[in-house]
Amino acid sequence: MIEFHLDPQSGVATYLQIVRQVKDALRLGTLDVGDQLPTVREVVADLAVNPNTVAKAYRELEHEGLVVARQGRGTFIAGTLAHASVEHHAELREAFERWLTAALRAGLDEESIRALVSTTLRESLARRVA
Amino acid sequence: MSPPPLVAHGLGKRFRRDWALRDLTLTIPKGAIVGLAGPNAAGKSTLLSLAAGLLAPSEGSISVLGDDPLRTPEVLAEIGYVAQGAPLYRSFRVADTIEYARRTNSRWDREIAVELLTRIDSRTKVGALSAGERARLALALALGKRPRLILLDEPFASLDPLACRELLQQLMDGVAELGATVVVASHVVADIQRVCDHIVLLSGGCVRLEGDVEELLESHRLLTGPRRPLGSIRGVREVVRERYSGRQLTLLAVTDGPIVDPSWTVEPVSLEELLLAYMAPERLPVVRKMERVQLRWHG
Repeated sequence: MIEFHLDPQSGVATYLQIVRQVKDALRLGTLDVGDQLPTVREVVADLAVNPNTVAKAYRELEHEGLVVARQGRGTFIAGTLAHASVEHHAELREAFERWLTAALRAGLDEESIRALVSTTLRESLARRVA
Repeated sequence: MSPPPLVAHGLGKRFRRDWALRDLTLTIPKGAIVGLAGPNAAGKSTLLSLAAGLLAPSEGSISVLGDDPLRTPEVLAEIGYVAQGAPLYRSFRVADTIEYARRTNSRWDREIAVELLTRIDSRTKVGALSAGERARLALALALGKRPRLILLDEPFASLDPLACRELLQQLMDGVAELGATVVVASHVVADIQRVCDHIVLLSGGCVRLEGDVEELLESHRLLTGPRRPLGSIRGVREVVRERYSGRQLTLLAVTDGPIVDPSWTVEPVSLEELLLAYMAPERLPVVRKMERVQLRWHG
């Protein structure tokens, strides 16, 4: 079963962090159709978060067709995001690791790499949207 | 539809010649977990005492769960209030304290009170409990009433981080069970930012900022860029705070669209940073209410 973690400093809304972690797990294949998500009370007891927030995250996932809530039984994975992309993961990861090796060799430290990756990602996505 | 759990209209409270709270108008939505933030002497305790029917307003009105807490004291049975420092009888044992609560409350759910008090020996005298245990006992007594509105005044003060987390877990577990509305006063934002979905920021007896946490975070951004004269920036509706350091300029701004100028690095802002910015002394004359403005934008 998936265990959520929270980064309160990230500026990302708590419910979105939960939504993203479920989606990440679906993309990576660690969650699959039929798997159960922890109950709202379990998440609340584990993370000391607002139950409304967990419920909102689950509603959002349900709205997107990724989970179904079964009355009195819990919330279950109903959809998947892994289908098309997962087969390319290994290859992309290899290419990325080669890039990382080159970056480290060029003298970039972890923070510079993170900064470069996040700005490039942001700008490149913004160009595509525009 | 049931009335909102807490409504204030032009609410003010004066102690001798000093106003502790002035011209407060707000509506707390049902089911919200409200962080009542602000520095010391901001009026947080006064507001909670007014809501709990312990003080009478000097002007304006307050209603809780649709009733005036002074004229209709029956409504107090629906309110779980824990005062600052969690006052309890120190010579009582834990079991006596729970029994006392059972006898003095018309509605009492022993299950929920006891379930939330795991790992505390009921034979211990209250005076011998740690600060964290005492806080959890006080909260368990408040939750045992099965309240529809929970008012907590600085519950985390003097607690270590672990005790803080345990108390928060107990509170959230109780809220999940009861579906209650919560107002937690705290001068330490870090203690409440994890759970609150609505914020009321008081300072100097006035509301500085109020609204849904997500909407507030969505509408504010940190802009960092090279130092320059401040003209109008496309996408920025209002600058809340500007900071210069060397050749760099950092703005905390209310946005009303995407920031297109590529010389700005745009980042989300944390709740703590947002509240600190609105608490800053230079902002004191400004009283804002975020609810009234259109916050969402689609970029």
